[in-house]
Amino acid sequence: MSIAMNNLMNSSVMKTCAGYAAGLLFGLGLAVSGMTDPARVLGFLDVAGAWDPTLMFVLGGAVMTTFIGYRLVFRRSAPVLGGVFQRPTKRELDAKLLGGAALFGIGWGLSGYCPGPAIASIGGLSLPLTAMLFTMVIGWFAAKRLAQ
Amino acid sequence: MDWMASLQGLAGGVLIGLSATWLMATLGRIAGISGIVGNLITQRPKGDSAWRFAFLLGLISGPLVIMLLGSGLGNVAGSPGEVIGAPAGGVGLMLVAGLLVGVGTGLGSGCTSGHGVCGLARLAPRSMAATGVFLIMAIVTVYISRHLIGIGGLQ
Repeated sequence: MSIAMNNLMNSSVMKTCAGYAAGLLFGLGLAVSGMTDPARVLGFLDVAGAWDPTLMFVLGGAVMTTFIGYRLVFRRSAPVLGGVFQRPTKRELDAKLLGGAALFGIGWGLSGYCPGPAIASIGGLSLPLTAMLFTMVIGWFAAKRLAQ
Repeated sequence: MDWMASLQGLAGGVLIGLSATWLMATLGRIAGISGIVGNLITQRPKGDSAWRFAFLLGLISGPLVIMLLGSGLGNVAGSPGEVIGAPAGGVGLMLVAGLLVGVGTGLGSGCTSGHGVCGLARLAPRSMAATGVFLIMAIVTVYISRHLIGIGGLQ
């Protein structure tokens, strides 16, 4: 195997490992914070009931850490494993963005699951969650069609 | 207030922030779950799928690692140490909720992680607007379902 080929292999293996590490950290974070419990999420959203502040701490901790982390990362000109920083540049607030967010909010409020915790909870194996993951994927395909 | 639960929330949030920082530092990507997993499933982008699949596996294995450690690090409401809580409703409710979450995050180009965590950290106007809208809609939905109707296993 040529050196160039070798480097290419290593870089693609490294990228896959970096992806796994990111997912693992994310899943650990969701589990430790209790976001894999829909009751905690719904407790936060239920401002007229016995309010559960946990999600506020999760979001606060995550946003602050990312805010600082991104500023350190963007001192570099490119990602460590190559390529470019893919930062969304769109700025307009269109109906697709706001309508989509509204539909998502209703689904989130009904179930207490947003995509991260829903997927991370697969290990809990329950029929209702399986049903939700199934229609969530259908929804992703439908959105792709609608957006075209 | 349950300070231990809040503290665990903060610690978990920091881990999520480290994940987002790591993914941007190494691969230059936004850590948005609906984008990473949704595009993996609906598009299978050539040469851009392996890391997405690995991320998905990592995401699922995170809670399993905490369960295997058996150290009571979970934070399920009312049962400290448990890692994965029970769904809030039956199959019917979840079928509807899943469709709304899928279509909504697909059209809105993001969810709680992409818009809520990464977008807010970038001070992106679209993400701030989206986060405001889905938070308000979720709060209204919970108010209506819990306090006005009382459906689907929600107290």
